[in-house]
Amino acid sequence: MSLRDNPLGELKVPLAWGAAIALIVAVVAASAILLSDRRETFKAEAYGATRRASDTVLAPVGDVLAAPGRWTGAGVDSVRDYFGAASENRELKAELKEMRQWRDVAIALRTENARYRTLLGLKTDPPIPMVAARIVTDSRGPFADTRLANTGREHGVKVGNPVMSENGLVGRVIGVTDGASRVLLLTDIASRTPVMIVRTNARAILTGDGGPNPRLDYLRGHDPIREGDQLLTSGDGGVVPRGLPVGVAVKGLDGRWRVVLASDRAPIDFVRILLFQDFTQLVNTKELAETPTPPPTPGGAAVETAPAKPVQPPTTPASATPKPDVIGAAIAKSIAPTPKPAAASPAKPATAKPDGKPAAPQAKPKPKAPPPAAGATP
Amino acid sequence: MSGSRGMRGLEPWRWLGVPMLQALAATVLFGIPLRAFGLQLPEPVFPMVLAFAWAVIRPSILAPFAILVLGLLLDIFWGGPLGLWALCLLIAYGVAFTGRSMMAGQNRLILWAWYALATAIAMGAGYLFVMLDSRASPGLVPMAWQFLATIVLYPFAQRLIDLFEDADVRFR
Repeated sequence: MSLRDNPLGELKVPLAWGAAIALIVAVVAASAILLSDRRETFKAEAYGATRRASDTVLAPVGDVLAAPGRWTGAGVDSVRDYFGAASENRELKAELKEMRQWRDVAIALRTENARYRTLLGLKTDPPIPMVAARIVTDSRGPFADTRLANTGREHGVKVGNPVMSENGLVGRVIGVTDGASRVLLLTDIASRTPVMIVRTNARAILTGDGGPNPRLDYLRGHDPIREGDQLLTSGDGGVVPRGLPVGVAVKGLDGRWRVVLASDRAPIDFVRILLFQDFTQLVNTKELAETPTPPPTPGGAAVETAPAKPVQPPTTPASATPKPDVIGAAIAKSIAPTPKPAAASPAKPATAKPDGKPAAPQAKPKPKAPPPAAGATP
Repeated sequence: MSGSRGMRGLEPWRWLGVPMLQALAATVLFGIPLRAFGLQLPEPVFPMVLAFAWAVIRPSILAPFAILVLGLLLDIFWGGPLGLWALCLLIAYGVAFTGRSMMAGQNRLILWAWYALATAIAMGAGYLFVMLDSRASPGLVPMAWQFLATIVLYPFAQRLIDLFEDADVRFR
């Protein structure tokens, strides 16, 4: 009897049906998992316990596996440095000469900026603490561009923290566990970063597409960008601080504006995770969401109906507010609109015109108290 | 494969377990952050080899679930949307499984073409899923690179097919 005519041959049909059913069940399970996944949100719990556990295991494994690569890279660099020392020395001297001039300019600008800040009483951004980490695994596909860094929750890393190399912005943290952080790169399809063009101050959204050069979407304004323009983070939305270097604008082969990332200048082996907290994390959002109704003012109804008496404007801003810095008060007075008589009345909240602009300051007090301008209070 | 081993049943760990571990090990190795002279390692989808070869070797109830697990591990390792590669690999398995009878007795080049077709359909499905998930289109150039890096792995699939297609007398 031939092996093909064996009595067990009929097992093929039920097994094929069983395999088909198993395939359908597995497809349904995979679809359900995919639909329920939310990896790019800012909620730490969305990352999931499975991913956190696997990252905890993967980080040391990747660190060990990447070690030979790091050593080889360091060896190649040493050899290259040895042979290229003379030419590099010449280049560095020329660069140093130029940089000294820039240093003088920078010192002058820093002093000037510090004076302006003091004069204006500006609240500047606080210094951002950061932690260093080593990249241990790397994915570069069209559907996922992430890296695993070997520093995690124990150093205060949180979901949403921006990640930088020595050259520029790399991405942001999307998952964190003990000893590991998952970094979503700027090139990932789910990455959206608000950026600005330094030359024109125009805004755009840097959108990853799985390739090495993410594209610029939602560019606004007339001729907002040119080839070679520098891009920085705009800080809009508060997730990433303003002013981090992102890259240089180039026109892509598809005719769209793209960015050559600054972080791509060198291999990303060490990164800095900025322990930056955006304003939505710093403020009490619950308190902000609550808009308490002002308590009824005695005589408020009368103000609504009866012609208001002209109220004397405050003689000095100091009379209404705690005593401010003298120079700051003088500047505030000079840049603020003229206080109107009605501005002192608490009966009505500040309103704006339907087009969204604040109401124009009134030169003369009218018999009926107009709504105070939104920007009237210094 | 020796004749004596071929005469008895084929244990799942031999044709499912061991290749699965090998594919995972290869994926982890190619996930090392290595860059020399501005070039990085390619990122082929190693489990695609198994999704194709397992469907060709024989119908199995275990294989789809092994692919599901493999795809989920791939998503976890690469940090992509969880379930994406699991679904794409299952689609590739389904394509190969459906065309299994047409592939019987064909030469290597035809099988290679089938493998490329299954890979293309799986990646096309991945493109669609990612587009719906992220509301943005993935770049076609990186997709093409990953497709090329994956289809050159066909000799590994052929090796698996040669090893296990006739390894069990019940399926001859």
